[in-house]
Amino acid sequence: MSTVTAVAPTEIAGRLRLTLYAGAEVLLTVPTLVALVVTIVGGVLSITWIGLLFLVWSVPMLHWLADRHRAMAAHTLGVPVPDDRVPVPPGTHLIGRVFVWARDPMTWRELGWAIVAATVGLAISLLTVVLFLAVVTGALWWFGVEPIMRARARIDCFFLTYGRAERLEQRVADLTESRADVVDHSAAELRRLERDLHDGAQARLVALSMSLGMADEAFDADPERARKLVSEARATSSAALGDLRGVVRGIHPPVLADRGLSGAVQALALDLPLPVEVEARLSGRPPAPVESALYFAIAECLANVGKHSGAEHAWVRLCHRDGVLRAIVGDDGRGGADPTAGTGMLGVMRRLAAFDGTLSVSSPVGGPTIVTLEVRCALSSPKTTPSSGPA
Amino acid sequence: MRLVLAEDNTLLRAGLTQLLEGHGFTILHAVADSAHLDEALADPAAEAAVLDVRLPPDFTDEGLRAAITVRTARPGFPVMVLSQYVEALYARELLASGTGAVGYLLKDRVADVAEFAEGVRRVAAGGTVLDPEVVATVLSRQRVEPLDRLTAREREVLGLMAEGRSNAAIAHALTVTEKAVAKHINAIFTKLDLPVDEDDHRRVRAVLAYLRV
Repeated sequence: MSTVTAVAPTEIAGRLRLTLYAGAEVLLTVPTLVALVVTIVGGVLSITWIGLLFLVWSVPMLHWLADRHRAMAAHTLGVPVPDDRVPVPPGTHLIGRVFVWARDPMTWRELGWAIVAATVGLAISLLTVVLFLAVVTGALWWFGVEPIMRARARIDCFFLTYGRAERLEQRVADLTESRADVVDHSAAELRRLERDLHDGAQARLVALSMSLGMADEAFDADPERARKLVSEARATSSAALGDLRGVVRGIHPPVLADRGLSGAVQALALDLPLPVEVEARLSGRPPAPVESALYFAIAECLANVGKHSGAEHAWVRLCHRDGVLRAIVGDDGRGGADPTAGTGMLGVMRRLAAFDGTLSVSSPVGGPTIVTLEVRCALSSPKTTPSSGPA
Repeated sequence: MRLVLAEDNTLLRAGLTQLLEGHGFTILHAVADSAHLDEALADPAAEAAVLDVRLPPDFTDEGLRAAITVRTARPGFPVMVLSQYVEALYARELLASGTGAVGYLLKDRVADVAEFAEGVRRVAAGGTVLDPEVVATVLSRQRVEPLDRLTAREREVLGLMAEGRSNAAIAHALTVTEKAVAKHINAIFTKLDLPVDEDDHRRVRAVLAYLRV
């Protein structure tokens, strides 16, 4: 969480600043009223397309005004006041944007706030300004400005942010969804493993023991045939081992266990048919599940680079700053990548969501494509990495 | 030839000992963990080593690290590294630890007993033996300087050289004459700007260029 320094009210500068806020709030009442009226009119008219034309500029204006008041409230109270709006996905067309806004409860809260800000809020801020300007009330201003403006900020916060209960409800809903996704994902993974083992190594071991059984019978009667069968058995065992290696890599790549994320990403880069530059600045190792999720996410991104991008060059950057582990995978290919098109990326997003991780893709047509993966986590110091058990 | 052998699995250790002794090697020390391995490699009587990558107590890449350490202390000390899986990254690190006398193979390759023993012998003689799986990974990279100057057939020949095959074996694998192989190899040396040198060193250098060490 970012911290916000409160205006220090004991100093004259702090009081003047709060008064300045009050003045700004009084002046902003006019555009707030305009945005409010236009939004209401636009909302009513939105049964015809004309209303949408009103909304596409009045709602962003309302957002902007609300954000200014959030910033002032944050400085007055000394606590962060997040906007909590549902982000509009980039590239959404006009009508789509209006729908996202209409579904976001925060938009309705901001509308309610606009009514209060233009009435009660205006009265409070105006009071502060008047106390300041009418010189005889100087003493009242000196002692009153801080409590009055804090009251104004509290009212703004009440409308412009979610309360604790609403936040927790939202969190529970998010967690329920991501947990269901994770359970689905791991069930699907187990099914895939079962199938891989059943169709691969298991089947080959059956063939192997059959060859050996037949060789056993043939040894006396036809040594030549027996020798051929044994050599077949050897080829089959080799293939079974190859299958098992593939399965192991899919569960937990050995190089990840050996070298951690930086080394494993370097190994991935070497396996790609194009030059990949790896820049890893990690002072320790993230928790094992995060490490594994990020590894598979980066592997999927790099595989996509190799398959679809037509890139000449790719790069991976790993860094850990402010408690966030960030991986950036970029390429100079043709761009226009859609992360929701393939099942691979959806799997990656689900797996990351289990750690509140995020994935964002920037891929304009013509490139470059840049995928950013972020997970909040702490790194363990490299010396205290617990040793893994026998493999 | 006196060897140090490191393998934590008892069955495999016994099997490898039997196999190598059957092919004229002497197993000087057969060890099961990295502490004993360090001691064994310090023995001046040891002439080469066959090491498993993953060893107790940490089961990560102790064998590989021991190989690199011993080759820093004793330049050119021949080491054959065995593993359940191969990584081009590890091959690169091994090759960077000195010129030649390095092998890196999947454990499965031990099944071809004669060829495995031959591989150990070639490594002991200063050659390079890389697993075909590593070679295949590198081959899949298309646009890497200076390898893009090579023709498809020359790349194939270089790949087989990296696997540690002799000219005769390469000729057999590609069903061409040994003379044709020698011609391809000369073309490779020229295209990779490798100076005239004792033949084995040029071979190793070509393989190094191949892995972008």
